[in-house]
Amino acid sequence: MWTDLLIKLALAGIVLFAVLNLAGIQTWLERKQSALMQDRVGANRAVFYLPWRWAAPINWVLRKLGGVGLLHALADVIKLLTKEDFIPSSGAPFLFTLAPWISVFFALVAFAAIPFGDSLQLFGRTVDLQVAHIDPALLYVLALASLGVYGVILAGMGSGTNLSALGGLRAASQMLAYEIALGVSLIGVVVWFGTLDLQELIRQQGTYLFGWIPQWGVVVQPVGCLVFMTAALAETKRVPFDLPEGEPEIIGYFVEYSGMKFGLFFLTDFVETVLVAALTTVIFFGGWQVPYLGPHGFAFPWGGAIELSRLTVVLLGVGAFTLKVSFFIWLFMAIRWTLPRFRYDQLMALGWKGLFPISLANIGLTSLLRVLVH
Amino acid sequence: MPTQLSTELLHRLRRAHQRKPLTWWEQTYLPSIALGLWITSTHFWRNLFLHIAHRVGAFRDIPASVTIQYPEQQREMSPRLRTRHRLMQRDDGTPRCVACMLCETVCPAKCIYITPAEHPDPNIEKVAKSFDLDLGKCVYCGYCVEVCPEDAIRMDTQRHDIAATSRDGMWLDIIELLHPGSKKPSDPPQKFVQLSLDDFRRLKSSPETTD
Repeated sequence: MWTDLLIKLALAGIVLFAVLNLAGIQTWLERKQSALMQDRVGANRAVFYLPWRWAAPINWVLRKLGGVGLLHALADVIKLLTKEDFIPSSGAPFLFTLAPWISVFFALVAFAAIPFGDSLQLFGRTVDLQVAHIDPALLYVLALASLGVYGVILAGMGSGTNLSALGGLRAASQMLAYEIALGVSLIGVVVWFGTLDLQELIRQQGTYLFGWIPQWGVVVQPVGCLVFMTAALAETKRVPFDLPEGEPEIIGYFVEYSGMKFGLFFLTDFVETVLVAALTTVIFFGGWQVPYLGPHGFAFPWGGAIELSRLTVVLLGVGAFTLKVSFFIWLFMAIRWTLPRFRYDQLMALGWKGLFPISLANIGLTSLLRVLVH
Repeated sequence: MPTQLSTELLHRLRRAHQRKPLTWWEQTYLPSIALGLWITSTHFWRNLFLHIAHRVGAFRDIPASVTIQYPEQQREMSPRLRTRHRLMQRDDGTPRCVACMLCETVCPAKCIYITPAEHPDPNIEKVAKSFDLDLGKCVYCGYCVEVCPEDAIRMDTQRHDIAATSRDGMWLDIIELLHPGSKKPSDPPQKFVQLSLDDFRRLKSSPETTD
């Protein structure tokens, strides 16, 4: 029993490490990718050196890291930690302090149900590369994603400012509107694959249509995928759906936040982006599946096969998962720096009049097809 | 009688305010989003490739960004640009200024302060023994340059990175105006420095101010 606990703790540690690092790297990615997209250079100045002679090689590495802007994340953290931690007297201090933690907690805990690899045989044990094997994992993730709205609402209400309260309300109505589209768009996938278990969902995506097209979610559910990605982007509260925040002008629920509490909200956004990228990968892009890679190696539909050991196959799967997640993080960042923000009525119209009916129609069509095909 | 072209133009002008209705496909905004993403990602991948290529020394002549890395890299400026002032010298190092007070009079910001002195040469009316300019007040209109009958003041030093930690630090005395760059930022500010003609000649030959 203790071994099981240790294994689970190790898995949780790996996932937490990966997610927080991906989130941290996004601060760098945000600066550099936007810079490259706009023909700028981006962050390239923050650097520090060690004063000792023997540290010359370390200083060389530091100069290179600073040159590509990686040390800016460190400067950010120092700035956030040393800023005044302001708690408005007119608000509710307890809720005010609690809100960022709720936000980041639910975003992080949702990763427990994300499988990042096939099951692994180690020392006569089968280790599922998934922190918590939950049968209705999809429901669990969706539930936690929607609980994140509490952090936002509490932040808005606990600040004791009308501006942040309005921002919190905006955020709540946006997140509720898009959660419905988000949930309904996934029903198509659930109908098609007949499971809520994410690991099982990925296994089923390893089968092939007509013997050669990988049966990934995006192949059988293109409309559902599009609706899901749009709604999920809205859930992350980033541009073009950043009405809850609206940092430059309309200012949202975290106006009163400073220092690391603000940093936690920022971190939540990035963690949610990773979560959305991971969910998109798992549900629509085959998770850790590599096309034509079976449990014993590659087997191509045009003949030919490459034998691989079980460990290699699993590691390839984990690598493929990381690659896919990274790609979607890049894509979401590209969308964030390409599209302008929606107006509020456009946002609501898109959510209720656009995505919701489309996903409903998608369910009907999928159910019909499912009955006809099987 | 209107020609074919002018009627066509009139027609277009009349219809210009009418917006073309979006087709169903355009109304989904998907093509526009895809186009926008295409444009931004082509920039991204092109610049990413160029940045990496620059690191290994290839394609150095194709810039990967439009940024000018300011303190290290300076923008090429037009010689006509109005930059920090300087006073012109005669051959012996004395100022060309004859203290006619036209620039002090015309200055809309009232930032020029001149103290005149007699000049021993009867062909030269006067000389400025002190000439001070408060850059903190200056609006860079260039009127002083325009009005000067002796071409004694110019705004062509190409110095525009002017900064100081105090108002007095923005003050330029006659030494700095005659020899731009001779004053270090750490030097204490001096106001209304008065110099004789011999001082001007000595300044010209001293190694500190000739650069």
